[in-house]
Amino acid sequence: MAAIETDYAVWLRGIEKRFPGVIACDGAELKVRRGTIHALLGENGAGKTTMANVLAGVYRPDAGEVWVNGKRQTFRSPADAIAAGVGMVYQEFRLVPSLTVAENIVLGAASPLLRVVEIEEKVAELSDTYGLAADPSRPVWQLSMGERQRVEILKALWRNASVLVMDEPTAVLTPAEAAELGLTLRAMAVDGRSVIYISHKLDQVVAFCDEATVLRRGKVTATFDDLIDVDLAELAEKMVGASEVGTIKRLKSIQPGHAVLHLNGISARNDRGLPALSDINITVHANEIVGIVGVSGNGQKELAEVIAGLRKPSEGRMILGDQDVSGASPADRYRMGLAYVPEDRLGVGLAPKMSVVDNAVVRSYRSHRRGIFLAASKCIVFCKGLIERFGVRVGRLSHPIAGLSGGNLQKLLLGRELAEQPIMLVAAQPSRGLDVQGVVAIQGHLADQRNNGVGVLLISEDLDELLALADRLLVMFGGRVVGEYGPDVTPRTILGAAMAGRPPQ
Amino acid sequence: MSEAALVGLFVATVQFATLVYLAALGELFAERAGVLNLGVEGMMAMGAVSGFMVGLETGSPWAAFAAAIVVGALVGGLHALISVVLGADQVVSGLALTIGGVGLAAYVGRNVGGRIPETQFTDMSIAGLADIRWFGEIFFDQPPVVYLAVGLGLVSWFVLARTRLGLALRAVGESAPTTDAVGHSVMGLRVGAVMVGGAFAGGAGSFLSLYMAPGWVEGMVAGRGWIAVALVIFGAWHPGRLAFGALLFGFTLALQPRLQSFDIGLLGVQVNEISPALLGMMPFLLTVVVLVIISWRYRHRPSPAPADLGIAYRREER
Repeated sequence: MAAIETDYAVWLRGIEKRFPGVIACDGAELKVRRGTIHALLGENGAGKTTMANVLAGVYRPDAGEVWVNGKRQTFRSPADAIAAGVGMVYQEFRLVPSLTVAENIVLGAASPLLRVVEIEEKVAELSDTYGLAADPSRPVWQLSMGERQRVEILKALWRNASVLVMDEPTAVLTPAEAAELGLTLRAMAVDGRSVIYISHKLDQVVAFCDEATVLRRGKVTATFDDLIDVDLAELAEKMVGASEVGTIKRLKSIQPGHAVLHLNGISARNDRGLPALSDINITVHANEIVGIVGVSGNGQKELAEVIAGLRKPSEGRMILGDQDVSGASPADRYRMGLAYVPEDRLGVGLAPKMSVVDNAVVRSYRSHRRGIFLAASKCIVFCKGLIERFGVRVGRLSHPIAGLSGGNLQKLLLGRELAEQPIMLVAAQPSRGLDVQGVVAIQGHLADQRNNGVGVLLISEDLDELLALADRLLVMFGGRVVGEYGPDVTPRTILGAAMAGRPPQ
Repeated sequence: MSEAALVGLFVATVQFATLVYLAALGELFAERAGVLNLGVEGMMAMGAVSGFMVGLETGSPWAAFAAAIVVGALVGGLHALISVVLGADQVVSGLALTIGGVGLAAYVGRNVGGRIPETQFTDMSIAGLADIRWFGEIFFDQPPVVYLAVGLGLVSWFVLARTRLGLALRAVGESAPTTDAVGHSVMGLRVGAVMVGGAFAGGAGSFLSLYMAPGWVEGMVAGRGWIAVALVIFGAWHPGRLAFGALLFGFTLALQPRLQSFDIGLLGVQVNEISPALLGMMPFLLTVVVLVIISWRYRHRPSPAPADLGIAYRREER
């Protein structure tokens, strides 16, 4: 037996892990050969991240064995896993924003006395070796997401990790950065290290990875030793199990109605006080989905916030329905028919520690009164109505909403925003990070709203989603709208060029 | 106003500055590690009474000082146990420590109140420097605790900025999950920092009962622990700026009892007519002003306040 397991850089054997009310891993196995990039696939909640956390020493499995480089390991803490050569790059980066790049890299792995100059030189050397550009003396809060990810990888390399676990690494990257990441990971594999690549973005998995393990509901449904000839549809089917895979159907076009939202010459600054939007002119009509295309960080977030009333524009006017709402508060805009699904659903959209009911009624609480008090019974009736209409799966209504899965959070949030018949919906990344069923449900609701006369502004990074749903596409680059396109008539190459700031004339 | 009175004011300024600086430096360690300890007042009271009592028994100021440090660390350890190990609310635990510590000190010292001290710290002149006009008396003819505070300030800066331990402490106050993920013990760092904070506060308390007002009187700490808490904010969590703030706060503390003897006009105000109560507010007023300045200056970047300050950490949370 010993001969077999030494072939593997990682062997997770029969892993079981339970959380209250949830079986995250149910006898799952993962075998990763040395010098390969191994994809760990699965929908949200399939147990991918739990497996990774078991390997990284964050969770202790209820049953099962962890083998790293041919040695049986019992990790009691992340420190043990690091010592055994496992480096983990979390989806939400584990970096200290106020510390410098070099300080973050050596944190936990420095000599007792810090010689700052020497450390920064060594870090620069390491980043040169792997082509991971990062200025060692800059504080991390100043870095872009792509740079932060490079720091995370450098952190693992600094500890000489032989196994690198990457959890949804491209979720925060631009397409160019993602391609660059692929090259870096390949360089590491050639170096004899192993990479575990957790994702549900199938095209990237096929492009970057050598082998794959597919998880569903905590169990392995398939393993692939070679991804060269694998069909995307086959991988997708193993992930979701059922046959609901397939590209989204293009919405039938309908005649748009009157204008419901009009932005006139809007300019605004970002959190750092730098210009984020300049001279934005957008009109959205009833019965219309206007899609905002663009690499994230080109002003989409600020645009959504300006419309919602959360960010003050430095210039410009905004008309909602037939009223000028340029100076109106977010609550006033809601009352005038503006619904808003923010990008950060658990934080801006919903209050994590408040109950399901409280989160459901925070917008419409004025309708659930008895005298000057809130009527608990009316709130519960309203909440149950939402849950039924939007197919939200919840435990107890009085429990904190943070316990819900991403898809259910989003359905509840969308349902809450749509409960009082808005005329205009702004949805920022509404399907990001959701599993296939969640995505289908959310997209279905967006289409329904549009067909029922609501104007929708859909900000998304998923081009397929936009091409399927939007009636018009606006490309944003550098805080400006650089082009307007019809989704059925525009080749992707043209959209791609516009997203890169070079719209064809 | 005589020259001697003025020099006396500055001598007292340095001593009051030492008192609040020591306590604040300890609190700085706890807060940089992410633990707010509002129990400084209580820890100082316990340090003051235990220092005085051990002084009565042993006759040695250093043994008394050491005892106060140990007692302070233990009382701080209580806060660490409640808020770090057991994860209870830091504000509640800290306030309980202040109320409980002041009360316990009164109980422990009920039979020694007003006793004549057996021992106390004496001034230590630094050869060559103590003879410099004015400055010698103000800076170089002080009790050893003053010099110790200066040394501890330098050591603290060095530890925080230039050692692995300091990096880990800063990191755990900014982001406990990150620090845990790289293999440092969040609990070890935080408990250690809070106990060191308690040791500093205990030592500061005994400086009060072994030098500044030798003896034990119930309530003798008289709010200086709160000034130390404010000083940490005023100094923006930095040992150097803390020293500057300590001198400023020390000046207001030293001026308070002397105010009436200053028969001079300043900017059209007769100094001896200013109410000492108003002067007593100054540290807190200045702290609020600094807080506003901090939040304005740091509106586009992370504030100097540790990001995880006051947040308990649990690992397997899901």
